Amino acid sequence: MTELCDLAGHELAARLRSGEASALDAVESSLARIEATEPEVSAFLARSADDAREQARTIDERIAAGDDLPAVAGIPLALKDVLTTRGVTTTCGSRILETYVPPYDCTVWARLKEAGSMLVGKTNCDEFAMGSSNENSAFGPVHNPWDLTRVPGGSSGGSAAAVAAGQATWALGTDTGGSVRQPAALTGVVGMKPTYGRPSRYGLIAFASSLDTVSTFTRDVRDAATLLSAIVGHDPLDATSIQRPPEDYTDGLEGGVEGLRIGVLRDWLGEGVEPGVRARTEEAIGRLENLGAKIGEATLPHADYALSAYYLIAPAECSSNLARYDGVRYGHRAEGANVIEMMMRTRGEGFGDEVKRRIMLGTYALSAGYYEAYYGQAQKVRTLVLRDFEAAWEEFDLLLSPTSPTVAFPIGAKADDPLAMYLSDVYTIPANLAGTPAISVPCGLDDQGLPVGLQLMGRALDEATVLRAAHAFEQDLGFDARPPLLQELTS
Amino acid sequence: MTTYETVIGLECHVELSTRTKMFCSCANEFGAEPNTLVCPICLGHPGTLPVPNERAVEHTITIGLALGSEIAPTSLFHRKNYFYPDMPKNYQISQYDLPLCVGGELDVEVDGETRRVGITRVHLEEDTGKTTHAGATGRIAGADYALEDYNRAGVPLVEVVSEPDLRSPGEARAYLQALRGLLRSLGVSDVKMEEGSLRCDANISVRPEGHEELGTKVEIKNMNSIRSVERALAFEAERQRAALGSGEALVQETRHWDEDRGATSSMRSKEEAFDYRYFPDPDLSPLEPEAERVERLRSELPELPAARRSRLETERGLPAAQVAQIVDHDWDGFLEEAVSEGADANAAANWMTGDLAALLNEAGIQLAESKVTPRHLADLVGLVAEGTISTAGAKQVLAEMFASGAEAAVVVEERGLAQISDESALGAIVDEVIAENPEPVEQFRGGKEGVIGFLVGQVMQRSKGAANPQEAQRLLRQRLAP
Repeated sequence: MTELCDLAGHELAARLRSGEASALDAVESSLARIEATEPEVSAFLARSADDAREQARTIDERIAAGDDLPAVAGIPLALKDVLTTRGVTTTCGSRILETYVPPYDCTVWARLKEAGSMLVGKTNCDEFAMGSSNENSAFGPVHNPWDLTRVPGGSSGGSAAAVAAGQATWALGTDTGGSVRQPAALTGVVGMKPTYGRPSRYGLIAFASSLDTVSTFTRDVRDAATLLSAIVGHDPLDATSIQRPPEDYTDGLEGGVEGLRIGVLRDWLGEGVEPGVRARTEEAIGRLENLGAKIGEATLPHADYALSAYYLIAPAECSSNLARYDGVRYGHRAEGANVIEMMMRTRGEGFGDEVKRRIMLGTYALSAGYYEAYYGQAQKVRTLVLRDFEAAWEEFDLLLSPTSPTVAFPIGAKADDPLAMYLSDVYTIPANLAGTPAISVPCGLDDQGLPVGLQLMGRALDEATVLRAAHAFEQDLGFDARPPLLQELTS
Repeated sequence: MTTYETVIGLECHVELSTRTKMFCSCANEFGAEPNTLVCPICLGHPGTLPVPNERAVEHTITIGLALGSEIAPTSLFHRKNYFYPDMPKNYQISQYDLPLCVGGELDVEVDGETRRVGITRVHLEEDTGKTTHAGATGRIAGADYALEDYNRAGVPLVEVVSEPDLRSPGEARAYLQALRGLLRSLGVSDVKMEEGSLRCDANISVRPEGHEELGTKVEIKNMNSIRSVERALAFEAERQRAALGSGEALVQETRHWDEDRGATSSMRSKEEAFDYRYFPDPDLSPLEPEAERVERLRSELPELPAARRSRLETERGLPAAQVAQIVDHDWDGFLEEAVSEGADANAAANWMTGDLAALLNEAGIQLAESKVTPRHLADLVGLVAEGTISTAGAKQVLAEMFASGAEAAVVVEERGLAQISDESALGAIVDEVIAENPEPVEQFRGGKEGVIGFLVGQVMQRSKGAANPQEAQRLLRQRLAP
């Protein structure tokens, strides 16, 4: 029998409304799954069982009273530990914030809480969201539920694994260069990054401010549409949030792909792509064509430089964003003979290697005499990538590619090779540079039985078309494989 | 011997008197208990974001318009990166190569002449917190511990940068006074140097008279009053002249002014200067003030000090130096009101720039905060003019009005300060004085004109200061006439 924690959010919501299950049942189911699987998966850094139960009771009372509840009410949620939660420790996977308890809620969680969402815990991630495997967490790696010896991807690996393992019905992560789409692909769930500026960044602890985007992990595309609808909309606390009211992305979700012009990024299916990934992607293209989409070949000529540009822009911003962690006001504080020595030791002890590497890269890129050659040049590339996308939208409604060139790789395989690790995000980064919406939707398993993700990218603010196509594809594919961990658990 | 010309440019920081801080909704107030005007945003908590204070942007545009700057259609906030514990984010949100206001000029009164000083730029940024280094030195090196107060962190701060157009410490003082007067008249800042709402750093170099090329520049920091700016510049100009005179080379550096020692000392050389790694703040969109908004602010500008000065000089016939003092302190509204209450403009201006200014200075308050009203002043001037009280008595009346806000007539009555001008009463005293001072009287009659002063003094003494001295002299002369 399917447990409540294995249902999609919309299925669970229907049961809550029909009286077949209560919100408290849903929370208990999630909490039990966390108990059962967490020793192997290590997706969570903090749990908030009591708060979730309390919220569940409130929801159940409102259901009993016949209230018309928002779609996200009574659904167990996990949040990546870079999203601030008032009164609940928020560490960013870093020693430097190990004891940090935020005095305020991030806007997206405030909105979800208000709508009756139930937070079961904060999920593990690469330190300050820097990484593609979750191995850069100061609190140990997350294990992929599909193969516990492999990474779940990153940086939002904990949120991805939690949704894949049924620990939470859905989760939020942050996508700066692919940090939601890539782990979604590697764990067989749906990862949706909306347009930059559509959800508020207030309370998203910054890695690279011009790229960071709150994004969703869900069991299916309908849930992505539902969860996303609940978090978007202008926020007066974020000066970069778009002045536009929220919209309901489930409207028109069933519209199909008939007549949609989909551009395949052929260049991204060549060298460096694993055969299993290529095969599943080719099959997906065929499937979309059968469904009536008009398939063509597209190019983003400057995308080859996107990775380099990203690794200048993101570290430059992070070198400044992370300067505030100095031990003076909050977080870890080392001893020192004077305030300068205290700050230096605090940062030396508090940050991990990858964070230090990027702070140094970024500091260098912004230095006098190097700014134009590095940061300035990277910004020009960013503009060119944006223009590439604009040119592509002349011909196509969507662009298609694999989400990641590989399936989940073994823990430790790339840990000592930052460049190989950076290449994990080579297909996801362009959408971040352009700020455009993109989804990763499961498109099958490779011959080792590991999930492959298909990426669809759309025009800025055209989340609706991205979701509609992904939904049509998902319905047609009927992907229903489950991680071996769960098969053992429920057999 | 070579004579040297001094070249000075000033960078002034002005805290705007907005209701809230630059990027959060904390109150912008001076003097509160440490760390009571703070929130997660101005403390730089993880995940917080800045949202610009629209009023602060408008105030900056207003300052730019008043200085004749061009208001940039697009300007950017940059991050200025350096580590210091009073800066919550370890970067300051400031402006760099695209400031809000570009160019402009400020007319400055120096020795009765008007000098036009170029303005390079006016930009908007956030203030830092305040560090107190506890320990022997009072500076970061050698401190036992440091205390941080973040109440000031995030207060909107405008930087006004002048061209190197000033040629003496006195001109620098006059520039600061004019700028302070302008800002005060715009109502955008308290401009109190003692509270730090107006701060000033100076760039100074010297060059042989007649040379075009600028000399080696030194930046001076830590000057806390207009007087200390003038002193520090005078010291530094002399130091540089002496160094060049004795064949020493000057180094480009930042120097610290020590008020107690009355000297500057080296803080850091050019080589040790910070690399601030400026880059556009990705948390903020470009500032793009609409043309209509700029025009509205332009139409709302009050009459500016230069126009007010020339009006007071021509219409009221007041001397330039006095007018400058009145306008710089934004006292001309008060003066005009006193005149419309019946005061003679000259007399009212003299009281304001004399005794009233001294009282304000002593109490450390602004005219607007004092209990003296324009009508009070008009009454006072009137009582002196009609001879009811002497100048000496009027000083007492003013002091009492200043202290308690009492009406002039009431003070005169209570203290018995009314002058004896009545001929019969005064005549009796005059007769007594003549009778009791036969020798001086003889001397006067013998042609010793100066003795009249002694006799008037005797009358004043006998009347306990209540006699009208002019009237007393007239009666003495009348009675002693041959």
